[in-house]
Amino acid sequence: MFMIIRDLYRSDKKFAFGFTVICLLIFLALLSFVSPYDPKLWNVVPKNRPPSLHYILGTNSMGQDIFWNLTHAIKNSVFLGSLTAVISIFIGTFVGLLSGYRGGGLDRFLMSVNDSFIVIPSLPILILISSIIKQHINLILIAFILALFSWPWGGRQVRAIVLGLREREFTYMANFSGMNTFQIILTEHLPFVIPWVMANFINTILWAIGMETTLAIFGLSSLETPTIGTTIYWALQYQALLRGIWWWIFTPVILAILLFVALYTLSVSISNYLDPRTRIQRMRMKEGGSEA
Amino acid sequence: MNLLKRYIIPRLIQYFIVIFIGVTVVFLVPRFTPLDPVVTVLNRMTSYGAQYLDPSAIEKLKETMMELYGLKGSIWEQYLNFWKRLFKGDFGPSLSIFPTPVISIIANSLPWTAGLLVVVAILSWIIGNILGGIAGYYADRRWSKVMSIVAMSIYPIPYYIMALVLLILFAYIFPIFPMVGGYSIGLTPSFSLEFIFNVIKHAFLPALSLILIGIGWWFLSMRSLTSTIVAEDFVTYAEVMGIPSRKILFQYVMRNGLLPQITNLALQIGGIFSGSLITETVFSYPGLGQLLYMAINNGDFNLIMGIAVLSIIGIATSALLIDLLYPLFDPRVRYR
Repeated sequence: MFMIIRDLYRSDKKFAFGFTVICLLIFLALLSFVSPYDPKLWNVVPKNRPPSLHYILGTNSMGQDIFWNLTHAIKNSVFLGSLTAVISIFIGTFVGLLSGYRGGGLDRFLMSVNDSFIVIPSLPILILISSIIKQHINLILIAFILALFSWPWGGRQVRAIVLGLREREFTYMANFSGMNTFQIILTEHLPFVIPWVMANFINTILWAIGMETTLAIFGLSSLETPTIGTTIYWALQYQALLRGIWWWIFTPVILAILLFVALYTLSVSISNYLDPRTRIQRMRMKEGGSEA
Repeated sequence: MNLLKRYIIPRLIQYFIVIFIGVTVVFLVPRFTPLDPVVTVLNRMTSYGAQYLDPSAIEKLKETMMELYGLKGSIWEQYLNFWKRLFKGDFGPSLSIFPTPVISIIANSLPWTAGLLVVVAILSWIIGNILGGIAGYYADRRWSKVMSIVAMSIYPIPYYIMALVLLILFAYIFPIFPMVGGYSIGLTPSFSLEFIFNVIKHAFLPALSLILIGIGWWFLSMRSLTSTIVAEDFVTYAEVMGIPSRKILFQYVMRNGLLPQITNLALQIGGIFSGSLITETVFSYPGLGQLLYMAINNGDFNLIMGIAVLSIIGIATSALLIDLLYPLFDPRVRYR
């Protein structure tokens, strides 16, 4: 694992970029544990100060230090994304494994549910759900709701891989030696699928953070918890742009762009690494002496 | 006949399954959440000064609201009723603009969203695919790599942030485009040239933010499709035959790459729709997104339900239409 990261870091510029940025952001998120302020409290510092030595990124109209608030925002956003990804990967992988291995009617049924969830526009339904539970909303609840709509993409992918594995000798072998469906899919097929699940994991984090940001803009996220989305929401509520408090709105926007681009490049370079065709290309390039 | 049996009928069945599941989810979700929308609205009403009503009046109010929300009877009766009303296009009255029916409010803003969505989806699909095809075919050139890097840094940005960045850049720092609205205040909608230009000017930034992200996505997927097609034997054969590379690119490589992209368009249309909803709220563009935002702020439950159901049906139908057009482009499906 460590070796792979080192190799990728050296050979793939995309990976190097994404990995560095993510490490920096995680470091920022870790800083939130030594934050001198409680992110939920207002008026702990003077209002509307521009960036200075004392307040690195300035302060906002709610009397919060933007830098320290931001460390909490990254932590919460990444936490939300990861939790959503874990839940949705569990559902998606299981459905994909089962559907691909069993085939037949079950496969048709699961895949039509799967495709329906892909085609159905998720945003209006998400908005419907979160506007009903508006008062009780918290990050964990949001993660569960988001997971409900993000599993089908992974499910389809896993199924496609399992369809290939199903006809292989070791599957017959396992079947003849009396393993049941669940044993086969969990002990025989799952290990093959895990690398793809990893790439999909990052994609789901990306999607979940984006969705939470969107819901926050509509005022439908847990507004007192700082996330990237809620930071933007409050900046807009206080008309930061029109009042010239640019540091309040620019910081989360730039941060969000960095986070999304970094996660995306990571996921692309991991799936390139996993794809045997591009691996051969890379080997040829190395032999040819050009950069990968 | 064969085409009908093997392609169209399964696709139609899939269409009805999608709508069935989507509508059922919209029906079930509010009923399985611990919160009662009726109680929420009642609480809001009493906090607005209706607290001097006597208990029997509140009881009556509650009953009327149950009726308006379609919450009367057992869950099965409600469900059947829900479908019955849906076929009649009846989503009950809006609660924020009482008693205008939800359906006529939606009908007012639907053309704005539909217009934006169609223009954006088609433009970004065409531009993204052509650029992606060219970049994938000449993958070793420097400009192709630069284009990929640009696309990679644009595509993952959420619609909302992209819209905000464009708004900051082109309406605030360089005030070229108007900040909000669908057309200037004071203009009456008409088919005059002035009005049409005004609408285009207002729609430009929302459309641009959607198109940029759209191009990024089509570019990247087309590029990776093309790079696998280029390695196929028939391309090598065409090269050996000495066919000009432009002809290979457009008639051999791109033609094959576009087919999965048509299917992708059917899958992505829901995502593009969600994007346009968000973008509309940023620019206060008078479409469904803006309506949805208003509905959320006023707790207009019927309106949110109506938008959710209609957007599921609309998106599923447009995905179906795209899939039904597919045999026109792919002779293999036509003649199988």
